Amino acid sequence: MSRYRGVRDIPDEEYVAPGSALCAGCAAEIIARHMLKVLGRDTIMVNVPGCYAISTLFPYTAVKVPFVFGVFGGGAAVAQGIRDGLDILREKRGINNERVNYKVVVYVGDGAAYDIGFQSTSAAIHRGLDFYFVCYDNEAYGNTGFQLSGATPYASRTSTSEPVGDSIGNEYRKKDIFEIWRAHGAPYVATISVSHITDMLNKFEKAKEFRGPKLFVALSICPTGWGASEEETIRIARLAVETGMWPLKEAVYGEVRHTFIPRRLKPVEEYLKTQRRFRHLFKPVRREEEIRRIQEAVEEYWRRVRESEAGG
Amino acid sequence: MLTGNAAAAWGARVSDIDYVAAYPITPQSEIVELLSKWVASGELKAKFVEYESEHSMIAGAGAASLAGARAFTATSSQGLAYGFENLFAVSGWRAPMVMVNVSRGLGMPMTLQVDNTDVFSARDTGWLQLHAETCQEILDFIILAYRWGEDERILLPVIVNMDGFFLSFTREPVYIPSQEEVADFLPPYEPPHGIAFSPEELAYAPTIILGHSYSYFRYQMHLAALKAKEVFYEIAREFGERFGRYYGPIEKYMLDDADIAIVSMNSFTSILKGAVKRLREEGYRVGVLKINMFRPFPNEEVADALSGVEGVAVFDLNLSTGAGGIIYPELLRSIYHMESRPRVVLDFVGGLGGKELTYGEIRFMVRKVVEAMRGEAEPTPYPYLLFTEEDVQRLAADMEIAGKKWGGF
Repeated sequence: MSRYRGVRDIPDEEYVAPGSALCAGCAAEIIARHMLKVLGRDTIMVNVPGCYAISTLFPYTAVKVPFVFGVFGGGAAVAQGIRDGLDILREKRGINNERVNYKVVVYVGDGAAYDIGFQSTSAAIHRGLDFYFVCYDNEAYGNTGFQLSGATPYASRTSTSEPVGDSIGNEYRKKDIFEIWRAHGAPYVATISVSHITDMLNKFEKAKEFRGPKLFVALSICPTGWGASEEETIRIARLAVETGMWPLKEAVYGEVRHTFIPRRLKPVEEYLKTQRRFRHLFKPVRREEEIRRIQEAVEEYWRRVRESEAGG
Repeated sequence: MLTGNAAAAWGARVSDIDYVAAYPITPQSEIVELLSKWVASGELKAKFVEYESEHSMIAGAGAASLAGARAFTATSSQGLAYGFENLFAVSGWRAPMVMVNVSRGLGMPMTLQVDNTDVFSARDTGWLQLHAETCQEILDFIILAYRWGEDERILLPVIVNMDGFFLSFTREPVYIPSQEEVADFLPPYEPPHGIAFSPEELAYAPTIILGHSYSYFRYQMHLAALKAKEVFYEIAREFGERFGRYYGPIEKYMLDDADIAIVSMNSFTSILKGAVKRLREEGYRVGVLKINMFRPFPNEEVADALSGVEGVAVFDLNLSTGAGGIIYPELLRSIYHMESRPRVVLDFVGGLGGKELTYGEIRFMVRKVVEAMRGEAEPTPYPYLLFTEEDVQRLAADMEIAGKKWGGF
């Protein structure tokens, strides 16, 4: 039975203080806050350049657990060194305090997960590192002004894929990081969304059971970069799930299970229309073909899910 | 008899390191191969992890040091460059790990042979640097480097450099102290600010927005690095008393009565020392000033060693293209404010890519200094590029065999 069934089950403990320099409505803060509610105080957070870096600006920090800052592409390597260092101190020197048993969490954006940090992350998973890797995926380099990343969805406007002239914005498809991670054979891989908090909490709780890499990718609504209203964060996240664009799922040793299956998919344009990064699909003229392409990709995905889950 | 690489591995082993972060690269690989064997056999109680790149390897080793473990790694040339940004991260974390660099030229063109430009490119990264001339020095410098960097007054990582091939694959007699002997000199690392030991939760290296805070941290590192020279004297004296081998930031060779000094670093210093004996027989009053410590740079020691010397030939086994050798300007900074500084200081670039340094070239260096001292030649801030008639002929012959014509420089 799931441990977290409703809002009343959300732990009261707070390890992320309010009042950081993050943008209003930033989902990355909501994700970090709820992640730490489950993982608890015996956690050490590794962070790299990206939006969440500004949670900790000298001499202040909004994060109440130990926090180590590394270089952009090195988050997983830092986690490896910390885990190994703590382990060897316990094994060789017999040091046994709560510190050497810390959970190590890498908390980074999509640039550090899909692009520049991909190599170090892949290698850490390959080595079976006992850590959590959590990507707040806002689908672009948000902290530097919203440039294209490997996580940017098809047709999104970014500051390096402007929809000018005949351009439709980003012409590449988003990397499927869930499948890439799953192919590494990690014990636990999950997608999460701030619209489905209990689903998120239960997944972090479940991940605690596994030794080895525990990998999460969260859709991280970015009002500033996406051109969305900051009070709409949760509603946009919910639309992403209900249109089928952001499937909620987990894979335990490769075995995939969807934790939420929309009974009827809402049209993708309900989601796309909430954000200025997709506005060129609707104005000044409606780009039917592009909208249809996005809709069909989503339907194709869910057709396969239904087939495999029915047959499986 | 140990190779330089084996001496490095033994240096790490007797220092009772806790963690080895590895990634292969010629001519360094033998170091981590030996360590991996010892960890597997239980002769060395440590954790060995082979990373997927030097970028991750340096970050991982630094992070293990931050956790409170004694961390070791080794690399060379391309690997050092690949991990370069993490050099700044690790020194900024004030994580006193030790890294051996087996010096090699950086491609392109690709080479496996020595060119100290790799390690000198790391001079501004916040790492302390010790440079070894012999295999014994490699082993001793590693032990010293841990005691040095881990000192609470310093807390900076250290690079111990050796020349690829000339030292890494050369066997020399090396005295290996026992782990127990070393443990008395180098107790286990238990930093009160390490993740495993800290009494309170710490944020390591948060982002800084404003200049005054950033300047504060940078100045603090600089002052710690300067302090490191003084601390080195302390620990090197104790090391000498325990092990009978005394080291300083510099070493003087036949320099006390010399008119002319050849300044050098690393393994080619042995070649220069040999040449100095011959030059003395020819009547040149010449000696060698070897610089062991490149960061912090031993300004006072260099100035003191060169007081009374009239002419200096700097031998640079490196090249900052468009400027010259890298030791040369460092040395000029040391001596500029001297009351009677050497009148002539010339720069000579040679040995690049393991090119032989001949007696003829060394004699040429000294002759040029003498000519400038006598006013027979105009002193120049540009380096002389050592390239012999034989080098010219060999290059032309290589080209001819390949069916190409060589047009000269």
